[in-house]
Amino acid sequence: MTEPNQGPFAPPETLMSDALFAKGEEMELNFGPQHPSTHGVLRLKLKVDGERITDCYPIIGYLHRGTEKLFELHPFFQNVPHTDRMDYVAAATNNLAYVGAVEKLVGLVIPPRARYIRTILAELQRISSHLLWLATHAIDIGAMTPFFYTFRERELILDLFEQFCGARLTLNCMRPGGLPHDLPVGWTDTCRELVELFPAAFDEYEGLLTENRIWKKRTVGIGVLPPDVAVDYGITGPMLRGSGIRWDLRKAMPYEAYAEVDFEVPIGTNGDTYDRYLVRMEEMRQANRIIAQCLDKLDDFGGGAVMAKRPRVMKAGKEAEVYHGIEGPKGEIGFYIVGDGTPNPYRCHVRPPSFINLQSLPELTKGYLLADLVALIGTTDIVLGEVDR
Amino acid sequence: MDAIRQLVGDTLFYYAVSPGLKILGLLFLGILPLITYLVLAERKILGYMQARLGPNRVGPWGLLQPIADVMKLLVKGDNIPTQAVKWAFILAPCLVVGPAIIIFAVIPIGPPAGGLGPMSWFITDVNAGLLFIIALATIGVYGLILGGWSSNNKFSLMGGLRSAAQMISYEVPQGLSLVGVLILAGTMSLVGIVEKQRDMGVWFVFPQLVGFFIYMVAGVAESNRNPFDLPEAESELVAGFHTEYSGMRFALFFLGEYANMIVISAVATTLFLGGWLPPFPHLLPFLSVVPGPIWFILKVFVFLFVYIWFRGTFPRYRFDQLMDLGWKWMIPLALANLAITGAIRLWLIYPR
Repeated sequence: MTEPNQGPFAPPETLMSDALFAKGEEMELNFGPQHPSTHGVLRLKLKVDGERITDCYPIIGYLHRGTEKLFELHPFFQNVPHTDRMDYVAAATNNLAYVGAVEKLVGLVIPPRARYIRTILAELQRISSHLLWLATHAIDIGAMTPFFYTFRERELILDLFEQFCGARLTLNCMRPGGLPHDLPVGWTDTCRELVELFPAAFDEYEGLLTENRIWKKRTVGIGVLPPDVAVDYGITGPMLRGSGIRWDLRKAMPYEAYAEVDFEVPIGTNGDTYDRYLVRMEEMRQANRIIAQCLDKLDDFGGGAVMAKRPRVMKAGKEAEVYHGIEGPKGEIGFYIVGDGTPNPYRCHVRPPSFINLQSLPELTKGYLLADLVALIGTTDIVLGEVDR
Repeated sequence: MDAIRQLVGDTLFYYAVSPGLKILGLLFLGILPLITYLVLAERKILGYMQARLGPNRVGPWGLLQPIADVMKLLVKGDNIPTQAVKWAFILAPCLVVGPAIIIFAVIPIGPPAGGLGPMSWFITDVNAGLLFIIALATIGVYGLILGGWSSNNKFSLMGGLRSAAQMISYEVPQGLSLVGVLILAGTMSLVGIVEKQRDMGVWFVFPQLVGFFIYMVAGVAESNRNPFDLPEAESELVAGFHTEYSGMRFALFFLGEYANMIVISAVATTLFLGGWLPPFPHLLPFLSVVPGPIWFILKVFVFLFVYIWFRGTFPRYRFDQLMDLGWKWMIPLALANLAITGAIRLWLIYPR
């Protein structure tokens, strides 16, 4: 090894300790940050015996932008775009979690129409995030075709977002108090066409993978996460449900319109990669169901406001604090905001699901092969923009 | 051609002019264009399978894309890592692409007579042709192992190790699956094997169905193609054994893979699908009008298409699972196939 990094940015002692350096027949392998399947700039310090992983140490921070500090520098309503750039493949749910927290803090009641539209946006985002997950997960395991199929449908969702807010990825599509503007004319019809198209598309992906013997060989029994371990690590989202725990904030603590729509929460039984795959596939179908119901409700409303009456300058009370978590595509995305009487948050802390789910990677990978490692990174569904913030 | 033969005399013609012409023709009109355009075909076919278009910018339908690619690779920087073992690093790509092309020397593209004038449709008919092929095909793996080891890169080394593990798992069943054909044909000459299929009136794919499938699966592993593209699995090992290669050396590995694909398809065509023979000679006699080499090429294309189809469909095996498949399934199956074929040959075809 070369001389360890010195100076103010020297890695912590644990990183350089002997325990992490290979001895004897073990080889140390630096996996990432420039590696095709670390889903961004994740770096893993691996100890491998042949191809068997004996130790795994994730090193993060290559995409750190100080987002939490940035929140303190801007008023509440100007902070929405910062949330887009955390989990950049699921901007709408980030927006939703943040504006939900601010609404709780300031005490805004948003109009019902806006609640339904937000639910639709969040569920579309869930599908698009899961489609991206499926694409990358499949290509990590070597199946290259699902990538193109899922991107075909994801483009349609992004088109829909573009029609609504002009952006495709960093949406900035919600405001504390509701939505920036109403849906464009004809949007619901396009969305309904998409909802009718999705089930066949999901069947197509499943036809390529679900019963594929190689796919099953690569995923069944790989990276088993026992339910108690999952809870101990604070894991949320499809990873937790894959282990068989029926915990979904949409059901447990309903927000927006989720209390008024009918949907199932799929869970797995074995907690392996295959179960997590099945859970996510079923979640997409359920999200599709939710969107269909919300579209029907929107038709019943006809028109109506999409923005609550809100003060010109939103201020939180002195020492007001609030935590609001929602069920994002990857798990519980939550915002903890402390106000100090000024229009800016005094402190804003994010509970990023990717970051907390990533913690389980060393546990998951121990004893598996290098080829399983990429499958496990895929099944954790991390976005490094959110891990590093 | 006859004029040349009379000019230089029979000896010189059959030992120098004819093979030389055939080697040049096969190389520059056959294999190299076929490899480069196979890359284009793969990208096009995969494109249509995956709801996209494939290359379509260079020339009409992207037809000039392979030429552009080759030009690019030729002028690209050719780096050798400072810590690499130089001789092995340089030798490795040659070891991959060389044997793959040499194998074509014994593959009969058409019947012995009826080529250009007095020439046959193959370069040479070795009486141990099948052994020659197995021996040369094995050398290719040394290129992968050497390339992986000499790059002095951990990912390359793992790719090399994987190809070694892969080789010992598929070479055995592949060899055993060919023995079934040998038993039926009673000769190792590839021309002899095709002629035997003509005389027996049945392609060996039917009596040797199990052997055929084993050969195909092992062939996919030998050419490092999906779902057995473990040595270069890009999502796991970056690019596996050729991580450190660039420019034309990388291109040689690339060409080697495609040349191997063509070799496997050509050998499978010769051994199992009757080489240059037209299908259904008794039912559809008019098919014999089409010359043998055309049939041969068509059959090879079918195999190549299946290879590309595999790539569009399957995820990748893990390397221990491939070894599992090789040792626990393919070798017992190949042995059983061998025993049954031998018994049939002994007691049914040539009973005492």
